[in-house]
Amino acid sequence: MNAVAIEIRGLRKSFGTTTVLDGVDLHVQQGHIVALLGSNGAGKTTTVNICSTLLKPDAGEVLVAGHDVLRAGDQVRRSISLTGQFAAVDGMLTGRENLVLIARLRDQKDPAGIARLLLERFGLTDAADRRADTYSGGMTRRLDIAMSLVGNPSVIFLDEPTTGLDPEGRLEVWATVKELAAAGATVLLTTQYLDEAEQLADRIAILHGGRIIAEGTLAELKALFPPAQVEYVEKQPSLEEIFLAIIGKKEAA
Amino acid sequence: MSALSHTTALTGRSMKHILRSPDTIITVAVTPIAMMLLFVYVLGGAISAGGGHYVNYLLPGILLIAVASGVSYTAFRIFTDTQKGIFARFHSMPIGRSAALWAHVVTSVVSNFISLALIVGVALLMGFRSSAGFTAWLGVVGILALFTLALTWLAVIPGLTAKSIDGASAFAYPLIFLPFISSAFVPTATMPGPVRWFAQNQPVTSIVESLRHLMESQPVGGAIWTALAWCVGLAVVAYVFAMRLYRKTA
Repeated sequence: MNAVAIEIRGLRKSFGTTTVLDGVDLHVQQGHIVALLGSNGAGKTTTVNICSTLLKPDAGEVLVAGHDVLRAGDQVRRSISLTGQFAAVDGMLTGRENLVLIARLRDQKDPAGIARLLLERFGLTDAADRRADTYSGGMTRRLDIAMSLVGNPSVIFLDEPTTGLDPEGRLEVWATVKELAAAGATVLLTTQYLDEAEQLADRIAILHGGRIIAEGTLAELKALFPPAQVEYVEKQPSLEEIFLAIIGKKEAA
Repeated sequence: MSALSHTTALTGRSMKHILRSPDTIITVAVTPIAMMLLFVYVLGGAISAGGGHYVNYLLPGILLIAVASGVSYTAFRIFTDTQKGIFARFHSMPIGRSAALWAHVVTSVVSNFISLALIVGVALLMGFRSSAGFTAWLGVVGILALFTLALTWLAVIPGLTAKSIDGASAFAYPLIFLPFISSAFVPTATMPGPVRWFAQNQPVTSIVESLRHLMESQPVGGAIWTALAWCVGLAVVAYVFAMRLYRKTA
């Protein structure tokens, strides 16, 4: 078995006259969390959609779990899961029903059992039989990610998993992603937040102008820049820290 | 057959949508029922449509109007699934691509038939009687199923391509209007030349006439072949277009 979970070579994709990907090369080792960092419109979603067989590449080669996305789309789909930019949960169904549906579609033996385990793991047991459109943003995302784990895919794509979430929801999702990696899955996540890449990823790839312009661990990327100068600054709490502290006090009270 | 079990699972899902918002079925049934009451009890006295109870004459057209408004909910549900990325999620899974679409189509046929049953129930209370036997009713159900299928595949197209919810369901308005310029409410004989020509040659008239003849156990004549040709033709054309669009969407 190849230790490379995702292999992208010379990937190109244009929409009309707009070139979005202009020769992307990226290797993701099995069991790693790699963050694909880039600004809005850099082509992060396009890359993920090609890797998950939703889009066809114009040129280049993409292997996911050892299968070519063009020639063996079905094998690729068997090995992956995609959590898209917008939580694709069915709001009319309960959390449990959403999970059971995906388990049935993935031909699992015990859909009800799988749903129960995942609900427990993602702290959704109490909300299991409520309709998903009553969930908070963070809960919806957790359900969304839980749905992606049905059938234990070996490669997980998370497209901007925390966009649109409040700070609490973000922390919930971060904890979830860390857990995924601990369980041995390969995760390719896209984000436009530097701190998110820093928090979660083993390696970071920066997508800019249709190419990967830098790739490595955080330490390696830092080494690319001139050594840090020591400065003394007064550390003010960020608004996020203040917000979380206040919320935390309220909930403890 | 995993394709079948996937379609069944997905149909179960969209049927839950319908059972959890029964207002969609009620809304689909209420307007045609109101129209039926209006035409029978307010206008009916002044309309001469052969002998017999006017509700007998009117019911087939009312049923077609119900289907035409019912399929706009299918367009709405497909629009929502496209927008919310639900289709994208299914397409990144190892299931047949068309399973998600067929599930919506099957759901559309089932939910429309529930609405139709409600309307026939009210018609019976209003004095609708049919002398048709089992085979003739089978024919009625068959034509209505084909008609629903054809309009459903037509509804898939705006569902996949619309930019807004209003756009997704707007296509239904001309379809709802079409029965008014046909023999659904009054015989075409009293209409002026060009209108009569249009009324006699548009699909609703042949479908309405076939249903009416079957319900009154009269010979159906050539109308039924015209009706079947319209339904099958529209279903096939809409299916091909819808599938082509669907394969292009992520």
